[in-house]
Amino acid sequence: MNMIEASRVVYEYAHYDEDGNIDEIKRAVDGVDLDIQKGDFVAILGHNGSGKSTLAKHLNAILTPREGTVWVDGKDTKDEGKIWEIRQSAGMVFQNPDNQIIGTIVEEDVGFGPENMGVPTKEIWERVEESLKAVNMVKYRHHSPNKLSGGQKQRVAIAGVVAMHPQCIVLDEPTAMLDPNGRKEVIRAVRALNQVEDITVVLITHYMEEVIYADKVIVMDEGKIIMQGTPREIFSQVEKLKSCRLDVPQATLLAYELKQAGLKLPDGILTREELVEELCRLKQNT
Amino acid sequence: MIKDITLGQYYPADSILHKLDPRVKLVATLVFIVSLFLVKTWVGYVVATLFLALVIRMSRVPFSFMVRGLKAIIMLLMITVVFNLFLTPGNRVLVSFWKFQITDEGLRTAAFMAVRLIYLIIGSSVMTLTTTPNDLTDGMEKGLGPLKKLHVPVHEMAMIMAIALRFIPILMEETDKIMKAQMARGADFETGNLVQKAKSLVPLLVPLFISAFRRANDLAMAMEARCYHGGEGRTKMKPLRYESRDFKAYGVLGLYLCAVIAVRVLGNYVRLI
Amino acid sequence: MSLKAEHINYIYSAGTAYEIAALRDINFEIPDGQFLGLIGHTGSGKSTLVQHLNGLIKATGGQLYFNGEDIYREGYSMRELRSQVGLVFQYPEHQLFEVDVLSDVCFGPLNQGMSKEAAKERARAALRMVGLGEEYESRSPFELSGGQKRRVAIAGVLAMEPQVLILDEPTAGLDPRGRDEILDQLAALHREKKITVILVSHSMEDVARYVERIIVMNQGKILYDGEPREVFRHYEELEQVGLAAPQVTYIMHALKASGLDVDENATTIREARETILQAFRKE
Repeated sequence: MNMIEASRVVYEYAHYDEDGNIDEIKRAVDGVDLDIQKGDFVAILGHNGSGKSTLAKHLNAILTPREGTVWVDGKDTKDEGKIWEIRQSAGMVFQNPDNQIIGTIVEEDVGFGPENMGVPTKEIWERVEESLKAVNMVKYRHHSPNKLSGGQKQRVAIAGVVAMHPQCIVLDEPTAMLDPNGRKEVIRAVRALNQVEDITVVLITHYMEEVIYADKVIVMDEGKIIMQGTPREIFSQVEKLKSCRLDVPQATLLAYELKQAGLKLPDGILTREELVEELCRLKQNT
Repeated sequence: MIKDITLGQYYPADSILHKLDPRVKLVATLVFIVSLFLVKTWVGYVVATLFLALVIRMSRVPFSFMVRGLKAIIMLLMITVVFNLFLTPGNRVLVSFWKFQITDEGLRTAAFMAVRLIYLIIGSSVMTLTTTPNDLTDGMEKGLGPLKKLHVPVHEMAMIMAIALRFIPILMEETDKIMKAQMARGADFETGNLVQKAKSLVPLLVPLFISAFRRANDLAMAMEARCYHGGEGRTKMKPLRYESRDFKAYGVLGLYLCAVIAVRVLGNYVRLI
Repeated sequence: MSLKAEHINYIYSAGTAYEIAALRDINFEIPDGQFLGLIGHTGSGKSTLVQHLNGLIKATGGQLYFNGEDIYREGYSMRELRSQVGLVFQYPEHQLFEVDVLSDVCFGPLNQGMSKEAAKERARAALRMVGLGEEYESRSPFELSGGQKRRVAIAGVLAMEPQVLILDEPTAGLDPRGRDEILDQLAALHREKKITVILVSHSMEDVARYVERIIVMNQGKILYDGEPREVFRHYEELEQVGLAAPQVTYIMHALKASGLDVDENATTIREARETILQAFRKE
C-alpha cells in the first residue's frame, strides 16, 4: 500500500505589492506526482527555492494543494476532519533545531506530541523512554535543550516525532544548520529508524552524501520533479546534476572526471570504497 | 555580556520542599504574605520567624541564596525604614534633632516594616528556589483551573509562560550575537546621550524582532505538526497529583495560619502580647 | 604588516568553579594577503579566536599585534581596529535592519565617520564586489533569497574596506549553488584586492579548494598549521578529533595502499585526477 501519494499537486505563493495587490504569483510546486511506498527511504534533492520544502509541508497537511490531491495513508489532506490523524501518521522534523523544541526539559519535549494526542500518562512515559532510546538520547533526558549540540537537538526533535508513533517521518533539511558530526549523528538516527523500526522516511536535503543510502532519490527544480530513481541511476547523470547546480559526491565526481579522461570506469560510483575497488580492478586488467 | 544575567533562580536539591506539589507552595507563599500583614505584635513576628526558619531549613538551599534576592530591594528597604523612623508620631520621643524626632512608635513601625519586607522577599524566594519554572507554570495552570469556567484562557496563559521560559535564554544569546555583529560594523552602544543611545539600539532591535517573529512562526508550525490544538483533550506527561505529604503540608500551613490569627485576636484582649 | 598572536589564552568565567579554558597558548602570524582556512569542529575555539582578532573579546593572557602594534596597549582604538579587521559572523543576514539594501551596507562606513555620499560610494562598490547590481540597491533586504541576504551582509563589512576579512562559516545553511557563488567571490576578492582573508569553516572540501594555509584547532589549541596537503597528511589524526580530511585524501591513501603509484597528498579533484591518470599512463 502507498504511504504517500500525490497527484498533479500545484501550490502557488502570492506576492503582494505595497498597496496589498497581488503583483506576482509564484508556482512553488508545479504538477508533482509522488508515490512513496511503506518502509521506503526516499530522498528529495534540490537547491533552495526548488520547491522541495513546500512539497514537504504538503505531506503532513501543513499546506494543502491549490490543485491536485495528496493522500497520506489513504487520507486526503484536504479533509479537515482527518487532519490530526494525518499529522500523527506523518510526522515532521524541521530545519532549525531551536525553533521546534517546545519543552524546557528533553523528556518533556518528547512527551509533547503524545500529550496533544491525549495518550494516557503511563503510556506517554513508555513512549518517551522508547523514543529517546531509538535516537540514543536517553542519557540526556533530564537536560535542558539549550545545553545540547545541534545534532543532539535534532535527535530530540526526531524523538518527539517518533513518540507519536508515526508510520512516516518527513525531515525538511534537518542537517542544514549542523556541523559534520551533527549531520552524521542525525543521518545515522534516521537510517536506524527506517531499518529497525521500519518507519517510512522522506529526507529533504541538499547534501549528496546523505542520499546515497536512500531507496529512491527525487530531484526537484523549479517546482517540478526532473529526475527520479535509485541513487546509482541519479548519480550516473553527473552532467544533468551539474546543470541544475547540484553537488555530486566527490567519489562520483572523481570517477566521472576519470571516465571523461578515458578510464573505463562504470557509471554511478557512489562511495570512495567503490571507486578504489574499481580503479584497482582496472589496474590489474591493464 | 547580557548572558550573565541569571534567569529562573531554581536551586536543585533533594528536599521535601522541592518535592511538594507546586500548588501547595503557591498557596503557602500567599498565606505567608497575608500572615505578615496580619501580625502586629512581637509575638506574632516570633511565630512568623519560626515558621520561615523551619521552611528554610527544610529546603536545603543555602541561606546565602535566599538573601541574594534582597539586593534588589535594598533601596526600597532603606527608604521605608527612614520614612517610618522619622515620620511616625508617637508618645515617647527617644531622639530629637532639628525638625525630626524619633519616637518609640516610629522605631517599632520601622522595624516591623523592614522585617515584613525582608520576610516577604525571602518567603517568595523559597518558593522560586525550590520550584522549577515548569512546575510553577503547571501549578498555576492547575491552580487557576476553575477560572476556565469564566472563559479565562488558563491553558493558553500557561503555555505562553512555558514557551517564554524556553525562548528567553535563546533570545538573550541572540541579542549578544547581534550586538557583537553590529559592533564589528562600528556600532557603538555605550557612548552618547540618551537620544543617541536610543537611536543606536535600532540596529539591534530590528533584527531581534525579526528573528523573534521568525522563531514564533517556525514554532507555531512545529507545534501544529505535532498535533497541538489547544488544551482540549490533552493529557499530561507529568500530571499534578496531591500526595500525602502535600496534605500534611496544608495541615502545617493551616496550623500556622491559626497560630497567627490567634495571636492577633488574643492581642486585642491581652495587652501583654 | 600582519596579524600576530603571542601566547593567547582565553578563560571563561575566570576565578569561578565554572572556569573553562576556551583558548590555550595560541601563537601564529598571518602575513598580509594570505588566504587562510581556520578549521575545527563546534566548540574547538575557532569562533572565540576570531573574535579576539578584532577586539570583540579580550584575551585573558598573551599579546595580539596588528601591523606591529599591540592592540592591548592603553589608548589603542578598538573601533579603528574593527574597521581594519572586518568580521562577518555566522548567519550574518540576521544583522540586517535597514529599509533598503544600500542603506544597510552604508551602516559601517557611516559609523567610520564618512559623509553620506562617500558612504554610498563605498556601499555601491562593496555590493558590486559580492555580485549584486544596481537593481538590488533600493530593495528591502528582507525580501531577498538566503544567499543574496548573506551577500548583502558580507558587503556590509566589505564597505568598511578592511585590510583583513574574517568570515565565520560563510556558507552555513546555503545550498551548493549559494555556497560556490560566495566562495568564488571571496577568492576573486582576495585575488583582486590583495586583502587577507580568513575563512572559518568545518568543511574540509571547501577549504582545500581555496586556501593556501590551514590552521586546525582542537580543544582551544592549535593542532596543525601549514599548507593544505601537509595538514591533510594527518588525516587519521584529524579523524580522531572529529574532523575529516576531504574525501579525495581518503581515496588517494587507499589507492596508494593498494599499490597504485599515486601522489597520496592530492587534496582536490583536479590534483587527484592528474595523479591517477599519470599512474595509469606509466604502464
